[in-house]
Amino acid sequence: MCSCVRSSRAMAPALLPRLLLPQMGFRLAGRGLWTSPQCLAVSGDSQLPPVPGQARVVICGGGIVGTSVAYHLAKLGWTDIVLLEQGRLGAGTTRLCAGILSMAKPISIESKMANYSSSLYQQLEEETGVKTGYVKTGSLCLAQNQDRFISLKRLATRLKVLGINCNIIKPKEIAKLHPLVNIHDLVGALHLPDDAVVSSPDVNHALAVAAARQGVQILDRTAVQQVVVEKGHVMAVETDRGSIECEYFVNCAGQWAYELGQASEVKVSVPLHGCEHFYLLTKPLQEPLAPNTPVIIDMDGRMYARPWQGGLLSGGFEKNPKPIFTEGRNQLEIQNMQEDWDHFEPMLSALLRRMPHIEMAEILQLVNCPESFTPDMRCLMGETPGVSGYYVLAGMNSSGLAFAGGAGKYLAEWMTYGYPTANVWPLDIKRFGNLQSSRTFLRHRVMEVMPLLYELKVPRWDFQTGRQLRTSPLYDRLDTQGARWMEKHGFERPKYFVPPGKDLLSLDQSKTFYKPDWFDIVGAEVKCCKEAVCVIDMSSFTKFELTSTGNQALELLQYLCANDLDVPVGHIVHTGMLNERGGYENDCSVVRLSKNSFFIISPTDQQVHCWSWIKKHMPNDPHLHLEDVSWKYTALNLIGPRAMDVLAELSYVSMTPEHFPSMFCKVRETSRSKAACCLFCALALMLPCLYLQEMSVGYANGIRVMSMTHTGEPGFMLYIPIEYALHVYNEVMSVGQKYGIRNAGYYALRSLRIEKFFAFWGQDLDTFTTPLECGREFRVKFDKDTNFLGREALLQQRQEGVFRRFVMLVLEDHDTELDLWPWWGEPVYRSGQLAGTTTSSAYSYTLERHVCLGFVSPPPGPEGLPTPITPDFINRGDYEVNIAGQRYPAKAKLYPFSSLFTQQKRRKEDMELSNLQGK
Amino acid sequence: MAVPSIIYNKTEEMNSASINIHLVPPKHPAVVPQLIFLLLLQVLLVLEAIMLRRSIAQARRCWLEIRQSRYLSTAPAPPELRRLHYPASSRSRRCQAGQETGQLSLAQINRMLKANEHSHILPRGPTSHGVLGFHSNTLPSNHPSEDRRSSATCLLGRGGVLFGVFDGHAGPSCAQAISQRLFYYFTVAMLPLRTLQELDRAVEEDRAVPPLLEWHKHPQDHSSPDGGAISFHSLRNYWQERLDEDDEEDNEDDGRVTSALMDAFRRLDYDVSVEAQVHLSLSSPRRVSIPGEGFSLSSPLRVALSGSTACVVHVSNGVLHVANLGDSRAVLGVQEEDGRWMALSLTNDHNAQNPEELQRILGEHPASERKTVVRHDRLLGLLLPFRAFGDVRFKWSPEMLSRLYDTRPDVLSAVSESVRTLPPHYLTPPYLSAQPEVTRHLMKPADKFLVLATDGLWELMHRQTVVQLVGNHVAGLQQQRPIVPSADTTLGCLQRLLLERRGRVQSVLEDQNAATHLLRHALGDDGYGSVDQNRLARMLSLPADLARSYRDDITITMVHLNDL
Repeated sequence: MCSCVRSSRAMAPALLPRLLLPQMGFRLAGRGLWTSPQCLAVSGDSQLPPVPGQARVVICGGGIVGTSVAYHLAKLGWTDIVLLEQGRLGAGTTRLCAGILSMAKPISIESKMANYSSSLYQQLEEETGVKTGYVKTGSLCLAQNQDRFISLKRLATRLKVLGINCNIIKPKEIAKLHPLVNIHDLVGALHLPDDAVVSSPDVNHALAVAAARQGVQILDRTAVQQVVVEKGHVMAVETDRGSIECEYFVNCAGQWAYELGQASEVKVSVPLHGCEHFYLLTKPLQEPLAPNTPVIIDMDGRMYARPWQGGLLSGGFEKNPKPIFTEGRNQLEIQNMQEDWDHFEPMLSALLRRMPHIEMAEILQLVNCPESFTPDMRCLMGETPGVSGYYVLAGMNSSGLAFAGGAGKYLAEWMTYGYPTANVWPLDIKRFGNLQSSRTFLRHRVMEVMPLLYELKVPRWDFQTGRQLRTSPLYDRLDTQGARWMEKHGFERPKYFVPPGKDLLSLDQSKTFYKPDWFDIVGAEVKCCKEAVCVIDMSSFTKFELTSTGNQALELLQYLCANDLDVPVGHIVHTGMLNERGGYENDCSVVRLSKNSFFIISPTDQQVHCWSWIKKHMPNDPHLHLEDVSWKYTALNLIGPRAMDVLAELSYVSMTPEHFPSMFCKVRETSRSKAACCLFCALALMLPCLYLQEMSVGYANGIRVMSMTHTGEPGFMLYIPIEYALHVYNEVMSVGQKYGIRNAGYYALRSLRIEKFFAFWGQDLDTFTTPLECGREFRVKFDKDTNFLGREALLQQRQEGVFRRFVMLVLEDHDTELDLWPWWGEPVYRSGQLAGTTTSSAYSYTLERHVCLGFVSPPPGPEGLPTPITPDFINRGDYEVNIAGQRYPAKAKLYPFSSLFTQQKRRKEDMELSNLQGK
Repeated sequence: MAVPSIIYNKTEEMNSASINIHLVPPKHPAVVPQLIFLLLLQVLLVLEAIMLRRSIAQARRCWLEIRQSRYLSTAPAPPELRRLHYPASSRSRRCQAGQETGQLSLAQINRMLKANEHSHILPRGPTSHGVLGFHSNTLPSNHPSEDRRSSATCLLGRGGVLFGVFDGHAGPSCAQAISQRLFYYFTVAMLPLRTLQELDRAVEEDRAVPPLLEWHKHPQDHSSPDGGAISFHSLRNYWQERLDEDDEEDNEDDGRVTSALMDAFRRLDYDVSVEAQVHLSLSSPRRVSIPGEGFSLSSPLRVALSGSTACVVHVSNGVLHVANLGDSRAVLGVQEEDGRWMALSLTNDHNAQNPEELQRILGEHPASERKTVVRHDRLLGLLLPFRAFGDVRFKWSPEMLSRLYDTRPDVLSAVSESVRTLPPHYLTPPYLSAQPEVTRHLMKPADKFLVLATDGLWELMHRQTVVQLVGNHVAGLQQQRPIVPSADTTLGCLQRLLLERRGRVQSVLEDQNAATHLLRHALGDDGYGSVDQNRLARMLSLPADLARSYRDDITITMVHLNDL
């Protein structure tokens, strides 16, 4: 800590707001508390302690994130932890952080982390004796317009589910809470009384002290040069002062995390990029501002302000951010960052508009504090896909202080138990792959991401930069036909097709929480899917092929998948890949191509996650081969009752009902075994028979045709080798013309699948959801010969009962034209009591109602133990869905409306079978 | 074809007092074969045209296009003649409307000012010769504009970058021809003999010839498709003569550039004159019954009868050479150590305001003409610039001119009124010369830019003001110096300061193009250094017939030399 004092002395006058780093804190923290001998040695100016030759965990980065990980690891009983810092503790972004600890975050897991951080920092002072400057100020998120107000109300309902104290208040009440705010142009605000301000260097210091006390060795002025990887495992860390053998490496290098990732033997992609971030410090006001004055967050004005030493600290997220360090300058500490007043002018103007009375306040300093941003505004957490034992926690998107506590805890749990105690998929670094690690992409994307932090986000917004990276070969064809695009994992996917003559511009720019402009367009597409035939380009799916010489492939899949994969060649099996807890790691369709080769189709954003999941469990066998063939196939989804006619005409294969007792069973005379299989299916119509066949379409041969559509509608998926894609598409369109074929997009698909109660992984399903909770027990084959991952947990759950259940909620008394639309994350109430939240929603054009999917659970029993859920509980409640504070009555259903279907008996099951939404 | 050398010597010309092809000075026998060739060529073309029932112009155009695209430039001239874009094509109507309803809107003003703006950034490297880029603009006042501009990079030999502005009078023909041809002449004058030999061999063998110049043209800049055949032939003659001189001085020093500029100017003027004479001798009114021929802007006669000043800058390896002829100017913007701007003129005007020039003119003619050579500050009471291309009525012998007036009334009727009679007191021609004044300047880091403009700008604005404006503009374009507020500045104060800075940047940045920025200020100057929108609107909405008396055509090229 002496080094900290030194550093603050060295930098304070010019760069460092001295008062952000109260000297008192450091001195008090003093020698007595800093127990680790290494750290004491740091106080000797030139004498650095030797680097240990060996450790269990090496953490790189002495900022608030790194120290939090060290602290939590130590708390969970880890020993032999070394924390390395290239400069001095907290010399990076942590040093200059504005110190606002707000729980108003866009997604629930982030609010949860902030909530935990808040309670952690609060008690840290007591635990360590280090002053953290924690002041509970509360915060006010202001709304200048109705749309912002709606988004704040939505946020409020979500925060309440998490048990975070918050209120929606009127402008008058704002004036009571904050003396300086001009309320004349405000509609209202969200008040979070428990938000706080804190001094982040002090928190950093306190965490370091606490960690050191539990035996963590902290070495500063030690830079990591390389991470040594052997056979996909972390072996050692090479520093400028010697190398350390280790089992685990944690990259918490903040701004430098990208470069550090590139510096390991096996390159690790840590997609983040720095941007300059400015805030202003004023001298104390004439009437000094009370230290507990609430923090102001005025997103419409793109600024925030907090009390600071009787004056104000105010910054913002401007529209034209300045990305930095694109060339990867290896700056040791963030020094001499230029202040740019001209750049700051819009934020200054916004501040003065919000607080006209501080016009006379005197300027102390403009601080330029670089922050790191990620391609989707969420932080990067977890084990990297390529290197086991290599963990990352970085890319905090300017909320490092708020996230550090919670994120450090989750990462420590992850390293300890193999998974964190909450669903952190939205933050999992495996949602990105190498494709997001181009510097140019990151530079362009963060320039969009930083302003987006304060931008109004309406349902189904898309990123605009870094687009058209991966496209289907049909992209141009579809684009000229009016396709509007959205992006998933770098892949462009059509949302819907604008008919000629529509005003495209206004359609693209409209932002609303109400009925969107594309309503009728998608409606027409859905109608066409129901009545004729539509084609949807679904090439973005992740496609793997698993092959082996012997039966290793089958063995592996039997272990990984809950369903039975030992099916006849050509069959499609929908199955979850479960973890030890029985939760879904992946939800996919597996096709048996031949005895020992399988075609695995997973959602688009599973490309990295699923790959690493399979790889992780794959025996090191040269005869077992996994290949990513996503790029080899274009997928066309033919949906609708006439799909069969189109396909029959294209392939000269008779597809009349006489030949097909089941639409989903295609008999091919040449293959006796298949014929037999289908005969079996035909006899026992109870079982759906999903089937794949290679056939020719037009001139193109070798098209994999699967009898499924991912929507429950009749139709086919065509997996087309990429060079035939255009040909097949043209053939399909020209033949389909007389059947009324048209293009459709993912919005139509979404509406179709949600009204049929199809859950999809990543939104409805996560690693904490078991098949039993979402009514998919029929896809778990407990009695198959081999044990499978998650079996024990599922058996236990079957014994104990399910505590929550996936349901379908149909909104009643909801005016589509006038009422706010549901999105996801809305609280669900049963008989007035909070019972769960929604996970996805869509308008059903068939039911002419909104359908929300979500989980509900009964209230805990008398001893606080969870109560098993019963069908009665679901069927007998009065349900309500809370959309931005307004509750709408809803009917909860465990099964979809059977009247929707023509062939109900089979379909009832089938609708749950096709589940790959790719979302 | 071996052509004996021609030494086009000015003093001798003066003494012989007449350039008449029938009276070729004995020292220049080479002209004869050259002219015979031209003659034959013309005859052939006419015959061909008659045979194919095509117009001469058409036939010639085809021929020329092939030639031009093959030999002369990297960017072949567009096939059809493009007129300068007149943004206010309905200007007079708008003016009338404007008087009733008010003024041009800001958007209209900007459209008019920016219609011809052009800028180009040269890729950094050896080929840029220290030039970072240039901004250029031109605003017509005459209809059609008589100003022309050129900019090009020399691709062969020691290279260099060339910029020129050309202010035509008595029609745009001469300025047009000079703006297209002069750089080629200069290139030929500069090229080493070996390169010329290769060039000639390539032409002889009908092979592809490497391009000599890379033009940097505004898409709307004039390019005339006609006349290229003759001009190419003249050019080829020129280099063949250079080859025959056979006494290349190997000195690569800058004196070479100076003499090349001199040679190119004089030779081009000589060729313009000779081509006109050939044309005249060929085209008796009887024969020229082909419609439109005499009216073609690029007809050699019209080129020679009209005139043009020229101000050309050659930048190579950190040395500036400015060759000036007439009253356009090149002014260097020098930033002194204290940040102030200093204007350094690199040219002298060749008009009555320049005493030395006046003395020169008077000294070249008998004392008896003292009172008539320059009257009302004009040459023979007619011409403002004292040096110019073309203007053969100040150069040819009286006999030659009379013959012209007798045989080609059709041509004369097409050119302006003043040209139709012999100038008064036309006693000892030539009165006008095309001998440029060449200035050499070693580029220093403080030399930030060079402004090249026709007199239209200089009569509205002092050079110091010009340099100041461009300097501020370049500074505004580059990053503003960040401000460091003092510790006790209040937020309100700072906000006002920042907003003011923003406003200033925006007004500077309203024109990304420094030449447009100058134009705006030149026309709209309120006398206090700001632009008066009303004044600007009035200046731009003048009806076509009035405009010329308020402003001349203005052409500006700003060459960016060094970063601030």
